[in-house]
Amino acid sequence: MSDSLKTIGRGNVHKTLRVNGEDHPVSFAPYKTLLEVLREDLGLTGTKHGCELGECGACAVLVDGEPILSCLSLGLDAEGCEITTVEGLAGDTELHPLQKAFADLGGSQCGYCTPGILVTAKALLGRIDDPSRDQIKEALSGNLCRCTGYLQIFESVEAAILEIGRAKTSGNP
Amino acid sequence: MSEIKHSEFNVIGKARRRVDGRAKVTGQTIFADDLVLPRMLHCKLLRSPLPHAQIKSLDMSRARAADGVHLVLSGKDIPIEFGILPVSQDEEALCTKKVRFVGDPVAAVIARDEQTATEALDLIDVEYEPLATIGSPEEALKIGEPRIHDYGEEGNIHKRVSLEFGDTDEALSAADEVFDDTFFYEGNTHLAIEQHAAVGSVDQDGKLTLWSSTQTPHYVHRALAKVLQIPAAHIRVIACPNGGAFGGKSDIFGHEIVVCKAALMLGRPVKICLNREEVFYCHRGRHPVLMRFRTGVKKDGSITGMQVETLVDGGAFGSYGVASLFYTGALQTVTYHIPRYRFQGCRVFTNKAACGPKRGHGTVQPRFGQEVQLDKIAERLEIDPAELRLRILEKPNTKTANWMQLGTIGLETCIHTVVDKSDWKERFKKLPEGRGLGLACSSYLCGAGLPIYWNKMPHSGVQLKLDRSGGITVFCGCTEIGQGSDDVLVGLIAEVLGVDPFDIRCVTADTDLTPVDLGSYSSRVTLMMGNAAIQAAERARDQVAAAVAARLDVPARRLVFAGGRVFDTQDADRGMDWRDAVICAEETHGTIGSVGSYSPPKSPARYKGGGVGPSAAYSYTAAVVEVEVDRVTGWLRVPKIWIAHDIGRTLNPVLARGQVEGSVYMGLGEALMEEQVYRRLPAKLSNALVHKIPSLLEYKSLTTHDMPDIVCDLIEDPDPNGPFGAKEVGQGPLTPIIPAVANAVYDAVGVRIDETPITPDKILKALDDKAKGGEGRIGPKGFPAIEWPEALQVPPPWEGGDGKAINDPERAHAAKLEKAVRP
Repeated sequence: MSDSLKTIGRGNVHKTLRVNGEDHPVSFAPYKTLLEVLREDLGLTGTKHGCELGECGACAVLVDGEPILSCLSLGLDAEGCEITTVEGLAGDTELHPLQKAFADLGGSQCGYCTPGILVTAKALLGRIDDPSRDQIKEALSGNLCRCTGYLQIFESVEAAILEIGRAKTSGNP
Repeated sequence: MSEIKHSEFNVIGKARRRVDGRAKVTGQTIFADDLVLPRMLHCKLLRSPLPHAQIKSLDMSRARAADGVHLVLSGKDIPIEFGILPVSQDEEALCTKKVRFVGDPVAAVIARDEQTATEALDLIDVEYEPLATIGSPEEALKIGEPRIHDYGEEGNIHKRVSLEFGDTDEALSAADEVFDDTFFYEGNTHLAIEQHAAVGSVDQDGKLTLWSSTQTPHYVHRALAKVLQIPAAHIRVIACPNGGAFGGKSDIFGHEIVVCKAALMLGRPVKICLNREEVFYCHRGRHPVLMRFRTGVKKDGSITGMQVETLVDGGAFGSYGVASLFYTGALQTVTYHIPRYRFQGCRVFTNKAACGPKRGHGTVQPRFGQEVQLDKIAERLEIDPAELRLRILEKPNTKTANWMQLGTIGLETCIHTVVDKSDWKERFKKLPEGRGLGLACSSYLCGAGLPIYWNKMPHSGVQLKLDRSGGITVFCGCTEIGQGSDDVLVGLIAEVLGVDPFDIRCVTADTDLTPVDLGSYSSRVTLMMGNAAIQAAERARDQVAAAVAARLDVPARRLVFAGGRVFDTQDADRGMDWRDAVICAEETHGTIGSVGSYSPPKSPARYKGGGVGPSAAYSYTAAVVEVEVDRVTGWLRVPKIWIAHDIGRTLNPVLARGQVEGSVYMGLGEALMEEQVYRRLPAKLSNALVHKIPSLLEYKSLTTHDMPDIVCDLIEDPDPNGPFGAKEVGQGPLTPIIPAVANAVYDAVGVRIDETPITPDKILKALDDKAKGGEGRIGPKGFPAIEWPEALQVPPPWEGGDGKAINDPERAHAAKLEKAVRP
């Protein structure tokens, strides 16, 4: 640890990260993970951590639309990417259909794994319009939840899919 | 009770978005580690690499001199002992003289950032003198020296209990058959996804504030006053919403004390967030329990008597352990009628992370033994396992042999429900080879009948503020750990006052602002806080009703509070909206506020040890589990579970079902894979006893792929002691899952796995044993001989008892000792 730190140096780097559609100029230590930069340097504490070893999925964020574990990624590497966190899911004050469904249908109990699950589910819906229960399970298999037993999470995702479908057919995106 | 009655519910029983739902899905819920305060410093702890050792020397000078380090603390800076139970004040924030398990904290560094603090830990020099390790309960029984603690009964025995309700030997000898079975339940941990975090800060008045991920801010408050020796009135503890807890955040932890001490010394906020490995060291999870059940039965299945022995591995500290130990013997009697009962239990200290309360506290392990043994009894007596249980069910509103006062029992309906829905009668014993069904039942408390510190004050307090804006604010010390306690609180008040839950503001778990509620443990919140909330709301409603009645010239008893209005039941147009009603009340009475409080009824169990088990109500659960077992690989799959839970009354069905399914999930994890186990490092390293797998990857838990379909039924039989009849739902439904899996495995492939977790390798081993003509059983071979103290004799209610003991073994023992000293 200390050797590599000596090589990189402890001085902050100054970068511009694009998060939730906004450019954020930010200075941070070069060894910091994307998780740490988001939480500590950008004040986006909605993204959580449960292990910081890539085991639980709580820290998932979207990088160019793909869910990644921000605890295993360097903040440095996120330059030039489009990052989406839970704070970027809602349009201003209007909740995303996934957020509404999770709040209404028990998809979120303690809420700690919820941000990681929401963004991972959003990536799934970006990839597949109408995923099956098995595809939902597969997509969320890297996200641990200790509260719900997952079933209300699956139901929430499915309810959001229906809602998004309804909005599309009625012409309201 | 108020004279205004509810005809039907507007909020209760309706599927609603929980009141804190929006915050959770937007990432706006502020967990402890999300707090950032100006000038905040960061803390890391140095932990022991040895399981048992004296601290010979501790040199912190190099760490203190490091750039960016503000403070280094050792145990000498905070030497006063604490612990959750008054009888187990055996913990130090940082160890002063010895370490008792790998992970015991010995020093703390407070620095400008986490990285600096972490690096400075390497600069602390500790010299240890290793002591012999006590690695198992068997070793603890055999090895008296060295003692892990210098208190407890003797050697490494923490506590032994012996209780007898009627002549149990006579009852067993009167049986047609006595079943004698041993079982082992492996330890496991809570694994909340949120790692424990805490922030200590000194406010502008010089008073201390602690924010923490704790389930029990009130007890943390008490401990801080004791250890830091400052008046409790100058300490404020705020429990942030917990990112899952399950019992794992209900102790007082050293790191909470350390950040407070550091904040007081530095005058700056200090934060700590444990890493995942450290969370495994905090533990306080399920105790490993070896148990022996001797149960006498008549040919018709009725039980004549039961004797239970438990050997409980406590780990390195007392924690809730004395209560956990009593719980291994407390609730066997509340499901089935057991006319005579003897319980003997022993908790030992070992050099492992301390065990404590996990969901179902102390009752999950013996329930596994009891329900698997019942399956064996049913088979031998050739009675269907569901029918056997129905025959021996305990009756509602009775007292048990050990003097637990029961209220409503919905278990009969629960059993019928899961039997019908799983098509049990057509499928049990009739499924193709490799597939099977298993059934089990359980019961749990709706809150411990006694507080941890015995006193006559309420267990829960609720305060309401109404003002002329129409705003309602509720204050309560209850703690949101994800289960939805805020939603229960607000839902009940909204029901009584006839307003929308989202119109109520909720302030909870803040010792400065909120009346005491003892915390989120023992499934006490819905019943205790709920009753306090209803009382506060009814008192506020009566104030408003009196004023509105006078204004409208309508008798108060004719007023209805519903839909955000107060109106005459006989003329709905005659009324006013809620805001005008509050203004009317404020004009009449002045400022409007009310309080409510709750204490559970006094228990008839008046013997020593009778304080563990009593509750104002008991929930009941029945479950059927279906399994598929691959004979070649031993692989066990659970496709479906049917569960029915006697909830009394469902307050919010979305949350209630979430609690049941979450319990099933956690129980299934314990049945199949979860285990907190230890291993010895190779001798060339240190031979130390270490946690085998302190990571989320290696500690196996169910993923999305492993969850079965669940058919969940909530059985409503309102209990007079519950708020609108509600009972608990957060813990009870976990318990029947584990024995039901074991029983289903037997139905599928004919082998008995009498220990948890039930893994493919054990199934294969048992199948192999059976193929070779063995009994096809994996489980403990026996129960060690423990020298039990003379039992406290308490005659059961039907044998003329009054709930008190008729002997005094402690006095007899003391007299015997005195005689031995002075012959």
